[in-house]
Formats: sequence, C-alpha cells, structure tokens
Amino acid sequence: MLAWTIYISFLGAAGLLLLPRGSVAAARLLALLTAVAGFGITLAYFLHHQTGEMLTITRMPWVPSLGIEYHLAADGISLTLLLLTGIIAITGILFSWDIIERTKEFFVFYLLLIAAVYGVFLSYDLFLLFVFYEIVIIPKYFLIAIWGSTRREYGAMKLALYSFVGSAMVLIGLIAAYVVAGAKSTSLSELAQFPFSLHFQMLAFPLVFVGFAILAGLWPFHTWAPTGHVAAPTAASMLLAGVVMKLGAYGCLRVAMTLFPLGLGPWGFHVLALGSWRDVFALLAVIGIIYGALVALVQKDFKFVIGYSSVSHMGFILLGLMTLNQIGLTGAVMQMYSHGILAGLMFAVVGRMVYARTHTRELAILGPMNLYKIIPFAAVTFILAGMASMGLPGFSGFWAELMILVGVWRSYPTFALCVGFGLVIGVIYIWCAMQKAFFAEPGAVSVPLNPPLPPISFPERLGAIILICASVLVGIYPQVLRNVIVPALNSPLFEGLRRGSWQ
Amino acid sequence: MIAINYAQLLRLAMPEVIVVATALIVMATDLLVLRRCKTAVRFSVAAVLGSLGCAAAIVRLLLAPETANILDGMLIANPLTHLLQIALLVLSVFTLLLSINSKFTEHVGEFVLLILVATAGMLFLVATQDLLVIFISLELLSLSLYILAAFNKRSAQSWEAALKYYLFGGMSAAFLLFGFSLLYGLSNSTSLSHIAAAIHGPALNPLLVIAIGTTAIGLGFKVAAVPFHFWAPDVYQCASAPSAAFIASGSKVASFFLFFQLMALGFVGAEGSAAWSHLVRGWVPVLALMATASMLLGNLVAIRQTSLRRLLAYSAIAHAGYMLLAVLAHTQQSLAALLYYVITYALATLGAFAVIAVVEDQKGGDDLSNFDGLSRQSPVLSFCLAIFILSLAGIPPLAGFFAKFYLFVAVLNSASGSMGLLWLVVLAIAMSAVSLYYYLRVLKRVYVAPLPADANKFNSPVLSQVLLLLLAASVILFGCAPQLMLRWIETAIRASGL
Repeated sequence: MLAWTIYISFLGAAGLLLLPRGSVAAARLLALLTAVAGFGITLAYFLHHQTGEMLTITRMPWVPSLGIEYHLAADGISLTLLLLTGIIAITGILFSWDIIERTKEFFVFYLLLIAAVYGVFLSYDLFLLFVFYEIVIIPKYFLIAIWGSTRREYGAMKLALYSFVGSAMVLIGLIAAYVVAGAKSTSLSELAQFPFSLHFQMLAFPLVFVGFAILAGLWPFHTWAPTGHVAAPTAASMLLAGVVMKLGAYGCLRVAMTLFPLGLGPWGFHVLALGSWRDVFALLAVIGIIYGALVALVQKDFKFVIGYSSVSHMGFILLGLMTLNQIGLTGAVMQMYSHGILAGLMFAVVGRMVYARTHTRELAILGPMNLYKIIPFAAVTFILAGMASMGLPGFSGFWAELMILVGVWRSYPTFALCVGFGLVIGVIYIWCAMQKAFFAEPGAVSVPLNPPLPPISFPERLGAIILICASVLVGIYPQVLRNVIVPALNSPLFEGLRRGSWQ
Repeated sequence: MIAINYAQLLRLAMPEVIVVATALIVMATDLLVLRRCKTAVRFSVAAVLGSLGCAAAIVRLLLAPETANILDGMLIANPLTHLLQIALLVLSVFTLLLSINSKFTEHVGEFVLLILVATAGMLFLVATQDLLVIFISLELLSLSLYILAAFNKRSAQSWEAALKYYLFGGMSAAFLLFGFSLLYGLSNSTSLSHIAAAIHGPALNPLLVIAIGTTAIGLGFKVAAVPFHFWAPDVYQCASAPSAAFIASGSKVASFFLFFQLMALGFVGAEGSAAWSHLVRGWVPVLALMATASMLLGNLVAIRQTSLRRLLAYSAIAHAGYMLLAVLAHTQQSLAALLYYVITYALATLGAFAVIAVVEDQKGGDDLSNFDGLSRQSPVLSFCLAIFILSLAGIPPLAGFFAKFYLFVAVLNSASGSMGLLWLVVLAIAMSAVSLYYYLRVLKRVYVAPLPADANKFNSPVLSQVLLLLLAASVILFGCAPQLMLRWIETAIRASGL
C-alpha cells in the first residue's frame, strides 16, 4: 500500500502531461490531490503500524543475474521522513498557488521530485535507493533554473553538480562494496551483514558518508545550499531545505553508517587530537553549526539568512548521527523532521508571503515598509517559526535539539559547549532578521506602498497553519515520533553500529 | 584441402545476401522506375524497401537460427552473432526510416544502397574470427562510411570532413593490415584461435608488441579513441544527419564487438595487467592508456563546444573511453556489459541525431542557440531529446545508467577481488560527473532558455516524432527493465562460449 505513494506521484506527473495546454487551475488541483493522496496513504500506514520495525512492502527480483531486487520497505525512520515529505509536498503546492508561467511543467517536475524522494525513503535495495537518489537531481535542476530568481541558472547548476559529485562518490563506494561482497546481492541487510575488512571500511566509510553529507550540507561542502535555496522558487526551496537535504542525512545514517560501522571506529593514532572519522565529522558538524549561524547573522538578504540557518541546523543532524548513542540518533531523526517542517515554513514566509509581494528580500528595504502592520499574518508566522527553530519548548525543535544535546554531552562534552554557543547565536540571528524584516525603526516614517500589497491568500494561510500544527503536535507529544524511531534504531539493521561503538 | 560446402555457406550468409539483394533492388527501383518523381517520394520508397529488406534479414535470423563454425572461424553463426546482427539491422532500419525526411541529396538510391552495403559489412564483421574476413568486411564498412560522410555534396565542409576521415581511415587500415601481417607471420594462420595458441608464451615477442600496437591503432581509430579521434568531431558535425547517426551508432556497435573479440580471442596470453602499481606489459595497459586519455579529453573538451553535433562527438569519445574499460577487462561479464552499453548507447545517439536532423531542417543549424526554447515549440521532440541526453549522462532510470553501473561492476569484478582496476572505475565515475555539466547545458537551452522572439513556426514531421518516441520508449524500457535485454545477451554469450 505504502508503495503507492511513489506510483501515485508518478501517475500524477503523467496525468499532468496529458492536460491541455494552459489549464492552470486543473493542473494545480491535480497536483494538490496527488500530494494529499500520497500523504493520506502514509498517514494511514503510520496509524496502523506503530511499532516502527522494518516491514517489507514490495519485493520482487529486478535484475536477477546481478542480485538486484525491487525491494521497498519502511521502518520508523522512513515513516517519519515519509510523513515529512507528504506534509511538505502539500504545503509546497499551496504556496505555489500563484505560479502562472508554465504551470503544468512546474507541477510535473515537482511531482517527479516528490515521487523520487518517496522512493529513496522506501528503498531497501541499495541499487534501487541510488536510482531514486539520482532521479531527484534532474527535476530539482529544472525547478530552480526555470522558475527561480536571483542567479537561478548558476545556483541550479551548482546544486546539480554538487549533488552529482556526491552521488558519484556514493556510487564508487557502493560498487566497490558490492564487488567485494561477491557481487551477489545489493540488498541493504545482506551487504550490512557482510564482514568487510577494517581497512576497506576505513576507506569506504568516509567516501560514502561525505557523498551523502554533501547533500546534507556538511561544512565545507555546504556552499551549494545557500545559493540553491536563494535561487529556488518558494516551493522548490521548501522541498530542498525540507526534504532533499534530509535525503543526504538519511543516506548517511541508512547506508554509510550501517554498511561500514567499523569505519567509525578509532584509527589507532591521532591527528590534531582527532582519532577517528567520527571525530572528524563531528568536528565538521560543529563548525557547520557555528559557521552557519554566524554567517546568517550578517546577511543582508532575508532568504540568505534562512539559507545559512539551514546549514546550521543540518549540522545538528550530522552531529546527532555522530554521537552514536540512542538518544543522539533519535534526536537526529527528530531534527530531520523538525527542521524539514520549520525550514519549509520559513522559506514559505520569506519567498512567498514577503518576496512575492514586495519583490525584494533586502532587509534594509523591507524594514521601512513596516510589514508587521501590512501583512501581520506573515509576521506572526515568522515569529512562531523563529521561536520553533530557536528550540523553544512546545515546538518540535525543542525535543530534537534537547535530545541531540544530551547525546553530544555523553559523547563529546566539549562540543556540547560549542553547540550551546551556536544555539545562542541562533536566537540572535532569528531575532535580528525578524526585527529588521517586519518592524520599522521606532520613529521612522513608514513609506506608504503603492500599489498596496495584496493580502495573504487562503492557500497561504492554510499551508502555514498546517506546518505550524505539524511542528506543535510533535512539540507537545514527541512520543508520537519517538515511539517509532527508537524501535527502528534497535532493529537488527543497526546491529553492526551497536556492536561497534555504540555507547 | 578442406572441402567447402557452398550450399551451407550460402545458407549461413543468407541475412547478408538478403541485405545486398535489397540494396540492388532499391538501386534499380530508384533509377529505373522513380527517376522522375519527387525526392521525398523516392526517399520514402527507397527507405521503406531497404527497411523491409533488413526486416526480412531479421526474420530469417529469428526463424532459422543456425549454429556453425566454418573453417576455423572464417564464418561463424551462433546466438551471439545473431543477437548482434539483429541489433545492427534494427539500427539500420531506424537510420533508414529517419532519413526519409532529409533533403540533402537527389541520389537517393545510392544513399540507401551504401547504408545497406555498410550493414552487410557489419553483419560479416561480427560473424567471423578470421583476420582476412575481418579486414575485408571492415574495409567494406569503412569505404561505405567514407562515401556516406561525403554524401552531402552541396557542403564543402562535408567534403573536408570526409577527406579527413578517409585519409585517417586509410592510414589506420594500413596499420591494422601491418599488424595482421605480423600476426600471420608469428602464427602462420589467420584464425584468431590459432594465433592465440601460437603467441602464447612467458615473454612477449618484440614483433608481437608491434602487432599489438598497430592493431590497437587501427581499431582505436574505428572506435574514435584518443589519440586517434581527430576525424570524429568533423565527421559528426559536417556529414548529413542520417550518415552521422549511422556512423555514430551502428558502426560503433560492430567496431566495439570486433575490438573485444580480436583482443580477447586473438591475444590470449599477451594481456598484461593494468592494475594500479602492478603494470605488466601487454595489450591491457595499452587500452587502459587509451581509455584514460579518451575519458579525460572527451569530457573536458565537450564542455567548450557550442555545436550539439560536436558536443556529441566529444561525448562519443568519452563513451568510447568507458567502453574500452569493458574491453580491457575481457571477461564474459564485461562482454555482456559492453554489448548492453554499446547497444543502448547507439539507440540514444541515433535518437539525438534524429532530433538534430529535425531542428536543422527547421532552424538551419545545430548550434546550441538553435535549441533555445525548443520545449515550447515542440514538447515531444524536447522530451525525447531530454531522454536521450540524460541517458547518455547516465541518469537513472534510463538505459545509460544501468549500462554504466553494469560496466563498472564488470570491470571491478574482472580482477577477481583484487580491486586492481579501481583507479580506472574511479576516474570513469568522476568524469561522468563532469559530463553532466555539458549535458545539462543542452537541456538548459531546450527547457530553460526563453523562446527567441523571432521564432518561426516549428513543424516536426509526424514520422520522426513516432520514431523518436519509439526510441525514447526503448531507452526508458531498457533502463527500467534491463533484464529484458540482459537475459538475452547473457544466454547468447554462454551459448557461444566466448
């Protein structure tokens, strides 16, 4: 049943192609229905399977002579991310209600992207996972290059090439692992059980991990993210920050860390006080958190603030993965969900509610407009999103960051202090951006806008409310996700990781 | 003296006979009956007749498959040769049908005749393991291709390209012949299996080293591998679209199979090794060198191209580099990977050239700027072009992706667990990441660039659209269900014992 999330999205894209030229409203509606159907299926499955264990959905031979199977399966981690994908897909369409130029094509690429993302989260066969992972690149490129704004062609190409380089690294690692294991099967569990030599894992782990982490915005390979986010149209930056970056983090956890758990172990010697790949990546993640926050602090473009805050928040996820304890990893998956929702919300406010109306993202120009008076809904939404992303209690970000912090405290006490510092800067940049964008200086004469800005439309309100609810729900009752994530992390798939350096 | 059963020989060569007979019929019909008709009519009749002939040959191969090996490999018929012959015939049919709308010549009969004769040459080429027959059929193919390249008589550039092609080709044929003569001298036989038995030894004979070198030069020219690639960009750019498509697709399939067969059968025992830090003299390191140079030069130079045909030419050089990896791995699996790769590659290239043909016809050039905003003028054409280009770039779920994956797996697997060829695979994957840049640049023109304000009305012929959709569908199908072709290839290879 869950497999239909993929098929429905592909069918929706195909259906859109059949629509006559210029049917804007029909295209929007069809896309929305497809996204709702996908989310509905995921939600129904989620409510039925609260155990979080790995369950096979479809399994049949695909290329028998190479041992490649068409194998879809879902556990708690995939389910969490599938829910996120469904929510972002729906709200992304709601926030693209104003696309009138080449509408049909826009939603075709959009649904292709969604289908491929569902595919990645559902794949249990590594070849299949890689196929879906690469399909993502092409619609992403076109969404940005055709409907984007500032330096869109540059941003789109940079994004496509970074992703492709990352997936090339993954491909090298996967092919090598497949051949070393006897070229019999590409199934994740069978490869994870194969005893790769320590030497091989030490080489393959960083290759595959970095390959995926490029897409997750690991510092210093993050530079595609801000330019890509800024260039993308609203719905695409929501997808990009909300879901596509999670693909990278998911790949790190699901593929790199499960296949090569020994690669996380100590090297046996120290370089600059770093004793393993785990230390290296944890350090890079911490640098990403602080660097992203600091750079966000000095941005003049509203969207760049959010772009760099994404880098900072993705650093939390990668750091959570590197804690290698249950609470840290659970926090990382929660943060994937939480950041997906919140980044989506923030990009929606900046890209759709503000930029589409004012046609500028310069904080210095936005300030004097005193937007709080004109579009209060946008201001309130942004304040809520900002509070959530600062990690205030009551929102999903609180639990996620708390869990990661506890995990980091157990593994890397020093880093925990740095992360705390990063959190403080996080509060500052959100606060500054909010103040500069929505509130005029006291005493300043507000410039009357001509023509007046159109009010916030119904689809926008609906989208924002859905996203806020999604965050608050998990914030109030985190068990809803934790209950499925923890059993998934305790499944046999992560056996190697637990045996190795689990704490 | 061995008695030859001529009846059997004729029966085995029946597909080739059918093709050649069709060629003559087409020529006669065109010159005698249709003399005064319009070019379009003549092209339709000739191409349809030619395609029917090829189809008859395919039917013959499917219905009466025989297995035979005459005179130590002089003429061979087994499932593998049948598979290749069918693939080559299908490619020829597509080339013929796609040429129906072209207007570059009035010598329709001769054009179709040359394509059919070249096809017959290719059919013989894949069905032999004897140096003499290899050389004759290779020359039959090459001479036809030289003329086809020059066929656009109204264009001086076409002449220049064809002359370049001819001169380089003649030279490479001389090298090949020289290598063959040395091999004959060493083994006293023209049969590949006898040669392999004769040259087997602990150390490489210096004469054998020269023979390896000259053979690699001759075949490297045919497959357009660096440094014997100079003809490719010019020929791809200046030949008429159907000729270029034929040179880029069908002849590549035949040449790569020949390359594999010659190296893997004829030079057994002189392989050497191209493993990192363990280079051993032989033909494998020579090919590794050519492959490395092709992948690097092809991909890097393609970035700078502004004409789609030249871009495809350099990408063809890069693809030749990837495919050489399969040749140098020389295992059964790598042969299967090579065949899958080259056949799907031929389908995608053929399709790309067919799109170019339509665009050139409507807009007068293949410069990338002519593709600006094509998606708004002809969504079908653009969709097909996107499929072909993305398949060449190796994006799943298209055939090009599985081909690359399988090829790299086969190459790594060939060294039996010792990862010696990993450096070549890493280079190939890195270079295919580079290639995405220039392929995306083409698609950027088609989908992203705004339609020029002065754009005329664009009509793409229905026949081309149907054929293109067929080709695109096959590229998608073989990508989503590689087993369809792979199973066939694997059974054929196993049955023929290569």
